[in-house]
Amino acid sequence: MGRYILRRLLIAIPTVAVISFVVFAILALAPTDPLSSFGADPRVPPEVRAAIRTSLGLDDPWPVRYVKWVTSLAQGNFGFSFMSHSPVIDLLKQRLPNTLAVVGVAYIIGVVLAIPIGMISAVKRYSLFDHFATTFAFVGFSVPTFFTGILLIIVFSINLRWFPFIYDSTLVIHDLSSFLDQVKQSIMPITVLALFDTATIARYTRAEMLEHLPLDYVRTARSKGLKEQAVVLQHVLRNSLIPVVTLVALGVPTVFGGAIVTEQIFRVPGIGELLVRSIGDGDTPVVTAILLIFAVLVVLFNLFADILYAVLDPRIKYS
Amino acid sequence: MRWRSTLAISFSAVILAAACAQTGTPSTSPGQSAGGSPAASGGAAAFKRGDGGQLNILYWQAPTILNPHQATGTKDSDASRLILEPLASYGPDGKPLANGLAAEIPTVANGEVSADFTTVTWKLRQGVKWSDGTAFTADDVAFTFTYVADAATAATTNSSTQGVKSVVAKDPNTVVVTYDAPNPNVYQYGVGYVSNGGILQKAQYAGCAGAKAKDCPADLKPIGTGPYMLDTFKPGDVVTYKANPNFRDPNKPYFKTVQLKGGGDAESSARAVFQTGDEDYSWNLQVAANILQPMIAASTKGKMLSVYGSSVERILINFADPNAAGDLRGEPSTKHPFFNGPDGLLVRKALAMATDRQTVANQLYGGGLTGKPGCNIITGVPDFESTATTSFCAAFDPVAAGKMLDDAGWKLGSDNIRAKNGIKLKLTYNTTVNAVRQATQAIMKTNWEKAGFSVTLLQTPAATFFTNTSPDGANHFWSDIEMFTNNSDPDPTSYLDGWTTKQIAQKSNGWQLGNYNRYSDPTFDGYVTQLRTETDPAKRATLIKQANDNLILNVVIIPIVTRTQVTSGISTTIKGDTPTGWDSEMYNIADWYK
Repeated sequence: MGRYILRRLLIAIPTVAVISFVVFAILALAPTDPLSSFGADPRVPPEVRAAIRTSLGLDDPWPVRYVKWVTSLAQGNFGFSFMSHSPVIDLLKQRLPNTLAVVGVAYIIGVVLAIPIGMISAVKRYSLFDHFATTFAFVGFSVPTFFTGILLIIVFSINLRWFPFIYDSTLVIHDLSSFLDQVKQSIMPITVLALFDTATIARYTRAEMLEHLPLDYVRTARSKGLKEQAVVLQHVLRNSLIPVVTLVALGVPTVFGGAIVTEQIFRVPGIGELLVRSIGDGDTPVVTAILLIFAVLVVLFNLFADILYAVLDPRIKYS
Repeated sequence: MRWRSTLAISFSAVILAAACAQTGTPSTSPGQSAGGSPAASGGAAAFKRGDGGQLNILYWQAPTILNPHQATGTKDSDASRLILEPLASYGPDGKPLANGLAAEIPTVANGEVSADFTTVTWKLRQGVKWSDGTAFTADDVAFTFTYVADAATAATTNSSTQGVKSVVAKDPNTVVVTYDAPNPNVYQYGVGYVSNGGILQKAQYAGCAGAKAKDCPADLKPIGTGPYMLDTFKPGDVVTYKANPNFRDPNKPYFKTVQLKGGGDAESSARAVFQTGDEDYSWNLQVAANILQPMIAASTKGKMLSVYGSSVERILINFADPNAAGDLRGEPSTKHPFFNGPDGLLVRKALAMATDRQTVANQLYGGGLTGKPGCNIITGVPDFESTATTSFCAAFDPVAAGKMLDDAGWKLGSDNIRAKNGIKLKLTYNTTVNAVRQATQAIMKTNWEKAGFSVTLLQTPAATFFTNTSPDGANHFWSDIEMFTNNSDPDPTSYLDGWTTKQIAQKSNGWQLGNYNRYSDPTFDGYVTQLRTETDPAKRATLIKQANDNLILNVVIIPIVTRTQVTSGISTTIKGDTPTGWDSEMYNIADWYK
């Protein structure tokens, strides 16, 4: 097992290197210009634009810039944002807590709700509950988050005035009332995201359960005289969860990637919002850093999922 | 699955964001200026510092840096204006206003501007302190000049220092600005926050000039002389401020704290001020008029703050041939087949005549809510506003335009496109991705096709359009016509320079210069040359109008809509804001109260 992990980690190094090269190349070759925000402003004449370009290090050909970037990355330096002149890592540190508080919580809620829903749907197939859950699931992953987000804002913020729709990242939780404020300001984005997560995972769980329910080992368990509850929970659910756990593990990196649309709508200053704005601004140091971290997380969680697979299913052995 | 759909949505978000960014274009340039106004120094109300609670301001673009000299947009410049101050601002009338660090505005009359328009003596306010309690002196002003003028600093405000020989601290309260040559625009250095930025504290920025400016930590926490001082700043998210205990006016500012939140979109920003009242001030509400108008009408909490400056949404006509072979594409050595041929002026006039600015202004800009039909490129300062163009613009008639072409031999073919000598009136029309602009394009296309043109619409994301590096950009101008908004300082000399022959954007200068049209007219060049030296205000006004008329009547540009420079929502409870179209929207934040 140890050798296996080591081998996988070693394989991951060239993978990440290739990803970093591709990401950098695509961004370097994209026509987006960090100076485009000046528009055609006559107050920023060509000499000034040229000076800014030089100071941002954009004069070098992009392969040279790539080498410089990788060199500083090797020393743990993600570089400086073009837009804020601050280290990229500081921006990420400021934003990660917001993303985890919203996207992370939504993911946990999604998983916690989805597994029982999927299980009950499968066991009581075609029951009223199943129909309801199925409808809910289809709504969950077919209605886009920009729609549900705006709908919630209009209903709960504009009409009912229950929740604010502008996320305040300066809020410090120090007592019950500030905690309630945090709940109020994050409940809508969390709902939007959890709806999607719940729907996806619930459908997956249901499908896996349905696949296992007619199998021989389930019949055997029943014929041993086990209670139905024990059959479902200890045999069927456990076996069905193996691929679900993999799916959930593979979804974790996306939590760190933030939720681009939802963060934008509710003004949650998370990683996703940073990513999309930086793309628009041509702030390449930030974009490359986020995409690279994301790539590393995907590689790591893939490995993690594979290991978990072996732990959950004793038949699988890595050597 | 999750990632895939996130990705798909992210693309639409990018487009949405770009669209929004675009709507805001006029203001994404750091060029808005807010100047000062009569009330600026006053504040008639009797209030004491910190009487108010928190002032909540919402910008749908988030500030990312608090040094106005490194600002990449209005958002940064405005957010820093609460902390930093210029020598003077441009007031609502486009004239200098002493609401900054200068005690008064230098003029020839008070002897502070030399008779030859070469030196300007600025008297500074006495006893001003930085928010850290140290004394502000003329040295800080001289230092700020050195910082900005150093090309290695790469300051976005650098053009304010061009042609300035020196800025010297004569004594702790006097600064002398000397220009290389007589400069009729004596306020070029010193007035206007957008073009000049604020005065930086020498002690804080001494280690940040030149090459070290690039990643200067002070840019995220500047010390200023302004009414508020920084509390916390999260780039791209939120800025919080506290009242500056050392502000020079002991009763100001009124609010104890200010929060400036960034991000989101313009439409929900409008909701926050008009419907929920969560925000006291919501910046740049460039929202489709049919959504915005009912919101404002039904609101008891907020009202619209609309002020015109110099922003004009305009169509540019290409004088070069965008389809020339190889390296000659769009080069000034080529001539546009029908816009710059023997019938060039006639064809251009036909296009202008078939341009329906009234419908665009009414349907898309709410008939005066965010814009009005415009006919001049130089607008906003009454003295410079030409009337010679009015009748020319009033003649909207696509059928007559078609007839004019017909009479000149441009006959309709079986494909409904006019042609003469084998040249067809087929044109491509590029602009940024933006809902309002796409609607404008559709209106133009309909009318122009009635006159016998064939129009292909193109759209380019803002981040690719406003750059000299992209073949789809405004600078390359490899289409027949293009459309965007731009604006100028109250003195339009450098703005008008952007249509002179020496400013033609082409391959040899990396498309960096401002004359995208590749217009070349010695008469026009002459006006701009004279503006550089003419000091008599009446003669200047005449020259400016002549230059304007030259561009309009020769149909180099077709102005469509004069857009509001300030287009913000403000709580009905806020008093004291007298917005200007020539300086930062926050130029008189010291005077705001409830």
